[in-house]
Amino acid sequence: MTVERTRERPLTIAILALGGQGGGVLTGWLVEAAKSSGYLAQSTFVAGVAQRTGATIYCVEMFPRDRAAALGKEPVFTAYPVPGDVDLVIAGEMAETGRAIQKGFVTPNVTTLVASSHRVYSIDEKSALGDGIVDQRPVAEIASRAAKKFVCFDMQEIADETGSVISSVLLGAIAATGALPIERAAFEDAIRQAGRAVAANLEGFARGFEKGAGRAAPRAAAPLEKAMPAGPAGRALAEQIAETLPAPVAELALHGALRALDFQDIAYAHMYLDRIAEIVKRDRAAGGDEQQYALSAECARQLALQMCYEDTIRVAELKTRAERHSRIRGQLAATHDQPMYVSEYFHPRVEEVCDTLPAALAARVLGSPGMRRLFGKLFSKGRIIRTTKLSGFLMLRTLASMRRWRRGTYRFALQQQRIGDWLSCVHEALDQDYDYALSVARSIEIVKGYGDTYERGLTRYLRSIDAVRQLPPGQRAAAMQKLHNAALADEQGRAFEQTLDSLGAAA
Amino acid sequence: MAERSFKKEVEKLRIPAGGEFSGEGILAVTKALLQSGVAYVGGYQGAPISHLMDVLADAQDILGELGVHFESSANEATAAAMAAASVNYPLRGAVTFKSTVGTNVASDALANLASGGVTGGVVVIVGEDYGEGSSIMQERSHAFAMKSQMWLLDPRPNLPSIVSAVEQAFELSEASNTPVFLELRLRACHVYGSFTAKDNARPKMSLREAMENPRRNLERIVLPPASFQHEREKVEERWPAAIDYIRRNKLNELFDGEREDIGIIVQGGLYNALLRTMERLGLADAFGGTQLPIYVLNVAYPLVDDEINDFCRGKSSVLLVEEGQPNYIEQAIHAILRKANIGTRLHGKDVLPMAGEYTSQVLRRGLVGFMREADPSYRAPEDPMQTVATFIDEVTPHVPNRPPGMCTGCPERPVFASLKMLQEELGEFHVSADIGCHLFSILPPFNIGNTTMGYGLGAAGAAAFNTDSDKPAIAIMGDGGFWHNGLTSGIGNAVFNKSDALTIVVDNNYAAATGGQDLLSSRGETKNRSTQHPIEKAVRGVGVEWAKTVRTYDIGEMRKALKEAVSGTSKGPKVLVAQSECMLNKQRREKPLFAKAVTSGARVTQERFGVDEETCTGDHACIRLSGCPSLTIKPNPDPLKRQPVSYVDNSCVGCGNCGEVAHEAVLCPSFYKAELVFNPTALDRMLWRLRSSIIGFLQRRADRRRLRAA
Repeated sequence: MTVERTRERPLTIAILALGGQGGGVLTGWLVEAAKSSGYLAQSTFVAGVAQRTGATIYCVEMFPRDRAAALGKEPVFTAYPVPGDVDLVIAGEMAETGRAIQKGFVTPNVTTLVASSHRVYSIDEKSALGDGIVDQRPVAEIASRAAKKFVCFDMQEIADETGSVISSVLLGAIAATGALPIERAAFEDAIRQAGRAVAANLEGFARGFEKGAGRAAPRAAAPLEKAMPAGPAGRALAEQIAETLPAPVAELALHGALRALDFQDIAYAHMYLDRIAEIVKRDRAAGGDEQQYALSAECARQLALQMCYEDTIRVAELKTRAERHSRIRGQLAATHDQPMYVSEYFHPRVEEVCDTLPAALAARVLGSPGMRRLFGKLFSKGRIIRTTKLSGFLMLRTLASMRRWRRGTYRFALQQQRIGDWLSCVHEALDQDYDYALSVARSIEIVKGYGDTYERGLTRYLRSIDAVRQLPPGQRAAAMQKLHNAALADEQGRAFEQTLDSLGAAA
Repeated sequence: MAERSFKKEVEKLRIPAGGEFSGEGILAVTKALLQSGVAYVGGYQGAPISHLMDVLADAQDILGELGVHFESSANEATAAAMAAASVNYPLRGAVTFKSTVGTNVASDALANLASGGVTGGVVVIVGEDYGEGSSIMQERSHAFAMKSQMWLLDPRPNLPSIVSAVEQAFELSEASNTPVFLELRLRACHVYGSFTAKDNARPKMSLREAMENPRRNLERIVLPPASFQHEREKVEERWPAAIDYIRRNKLNELFDGEREDIGIIVQGGLYNALLRTMERLGLADAFGGTQLPIYVLNVAYPLVDDEINDFCRGKSSVLLVEEGQPNYIEQAIHAILRKANIGTRLHGKDVLPMAGEYTSQVLRRGLVGFMREADPSYRAPEDPMQTVATFIDEVTPHVPNRPPGMCTGCPERPVFASLKMLQEELGEFHVSADIGCHLFSILPPFNIGNTTMGYGLGAAGAAAFNTDSDKPAIAIMGDGGFWHNGLTSGIGNAVFNKSDALTIVVDNNYAAATGGQDLLSSRGETKNRSTQHPIEKAVRGVGVEWAKTVRTYDIGEMRKALKEAVSGTSKGPKVLVAQSECMLNKQRREKPLFAKAVTSGARVTQERFGVDEETCTGDHACIRLSGCPSLTIKPNPDPLKRQPVSYVDNSCVGCGNCGEVAHEAVLCPSFYKAELVFNPTALDRMLWRLRSSIIGFLQRRADRRRLRAA
């Protein structure tokens, strides 16, 4: 038997999908379309444990039936997509696009890469204590160099809009690339023949086909949203800020001032701006102009968050607003007048209850083990409050209306004291060096959340501040940054303790 | 009812002679069994042969028409023991399971079967779960064939070859009175292709005929002195008969090539990957034309010495492509050549890796290595891998790992959330894990489980920790594993040995991990099986005093029960049955019903959880206690906050876990449940209007006040 020296081989397609994403459906359509277009086709996949939300790879091979007849022999199909020989790679998600490249499936001059730019975050990205998202923009850039042709847009969005599945949008995009010798109608017939949600899937296909030639890489982080004062008080604040604060701080400060106004009242907003003005003054004196007032900007952000903390009054306020109800209705696609009931899951502990009590009373409760126990029993179970029913709504409204007494609450006093301490730490740090001050300003970011989360963040923040103070001045900024990252590395605090220990050794 | 329905596909099993059959490899095997006139089929599900079991279950009507009995066996040992029907009667039978794990379980019965030998053909179809996508320890079924002397077919991975292998396997089995393994690799099971069908055949003898005319032959029973006779028969009669059959029927294939000095021997299952690799290296074309002659071992055991010698004689070097270790075939061929005094150099695991799947890329390296040794004039074309190497390096830091996890709304999630909370309260426990979806607990976000010793062996895996301690061992077991063997190996054992350990039996109504097959304790009604036998009743039956059944989503109750079980207040083993239906199956059942109810005008509510983005502080503690695919993150809409917020996407099925966890772990007040009423009644509408008008009024008033102050 003689061997043909020119490579005549089947077309190979690799599909990278997430378990449950419907890679099998897409594979089925491709095989059907190939067969009806006069091709011999074979598909295979490896499911295994990956079928449960992990990554799954499908492989399709096809070869013209008439050519095989002319040659008098059929091709030997393979089950492995082989680097260098993959004509079409389909990735149902952006990180899977990266995985396709990582597996070597994408080769210049050979591979057409069709990918959806949307993200399905991995468990590590999701469960991080802070921001664990792996930026996918570099992948898009690499893909555009690695592939012969790279088609990428948010196909999940189109699938959601058309009520179809992502596979139909992918199929449309594939058809549009012309990477396969299959007519549009054959793809559409495959969808029809499968007989499931045909109308929606054909629409998804059509939309995918239209956009198929385009490329829209994963979105860059949005620039800071413009703050919009709603009323005269807010506009006055905006004017004051525009006149007094340097540009790099202004937008954040306006966000912060409006937040303080919304959280409490105009006096509170002024208090916020007074504190910012003080920081800006010191910042300027420390050469902040050259630093783009990075310290002031960071403080403007953190101060607003610390001043507008989430006590039960605030939570009740936010949960009873009209805009929230319409947001939920929108998410559920509730039709006009369709009854919708919302149940809130509340579980305040003694500490949270005391937060909103008058300072003296709360101090007595928290200070007496007996009272603590009694209160603890009262609040040992979580409560479900229905904000779409009158009793629940009125209860939360009443809580929200306690805002006028907030300045007298235990938490308010405590919070102001903590803010004061933090700001003096920032000021103290600024006397030494700018980066150190910046790291101290940022460090309070881990003090957030509720219950144990809040306690944990607060403890780590306070210990970081103390530990860094023991270090030689030159090392403080870096150490603070290190501790900040370590505090967010794990819940149990293993990384944090390790970092603390290593710093202790250094001091 | 299994996760995937084959009701439509099974109609293909009726395709008459000459018709074209298109479908998955595993469906083709089913058709081949019917064409071969099997009388009975049994097996235990597990990737990659789960679909074979599902197809057969869905094909009950067709099997009935042909007089074929099909059973979902209790475990692989049961399945293998079923083949006893072929010992004395000319009944053809097939059993199937995942290998090597299933073969491990089956090996007692298989060894007995292989000792006495068979009259009717027996084919054991093993799904070789090896390489990428595998979920088990990496071993070879080959060893079982050798130790019990069963023949091992490893056909080329295309449908006509697989179908023909099934048919030949029965003939070979009968010709040599030996049960035969048919090994199908992962990808071959899921390969979609076509072949020309034959008519289905009724069994030559019916099971009923056999039962009503029983035969016994003392010589076929494994007991001395017959057992000694069996061993002699194996080597003196059955082996030569098999070799003779394999040679005469040319089960192994020889593909001639131009080269006379070098050649390749390959396991049938690896032929396609090998050929494509050769094509890439300019040593073959894509249609099977090859420069190097290839001897394909469609029968991986036994080897036919004469065929090997004929192939190797006159060649300077031969490459053996044998996947997995130990390299049994390589060792055997070395011995064969040595005995025949043939000097051909045999390459194998010296140029190919000892361990791991032989993917095309691996084969390429091996082939290039071989050619370099065997033919110094050979120049390999450039490896495309070199072109993409830089891209691979560049992209790797940006590719997050994506371990598998429990599905959206999975009822096992709250069990492990409860366990995680228990450990946070009382410190860590030794947790003996088991096989099943629940084994995902060992991965983030739960990170629970120390060992896994095999299917249903969770409780047995904790047996040594049977000593006084404030922290009794905790074992996990699925309902699948429980009925497979766990009831006796784990629970009965713990009762007998007076263990204080806690066993959590995850009871989700199905063998969920293998695709949702029914079990004794399944809650649904099934036509062909007896179900609804509660696990709690079974454990009480073997003597467990402390047994509780708790709904998994009720995390409060779950935590209470867990705490009580490990508190040491009562002696003896504790069994906590964590009960809730597998969500994948529940949704598959309920989604169409819901849609139907909505269109037919019945009042139904849809539940969905949500997170208030304004109060979420981006700590993601909720995710660390869940891992639900629908509980995810999105960029924070608050310009002041940097951390992404938690967010429940549209795939939420409203299982309730989020709310329970938020309550029990005292997380945060951001979670809410929204219930949307479809086809509301008049009363619904009236109440809704009344409530919204008052609430709306108050909201508008509050908005106005805020605006005045803004």
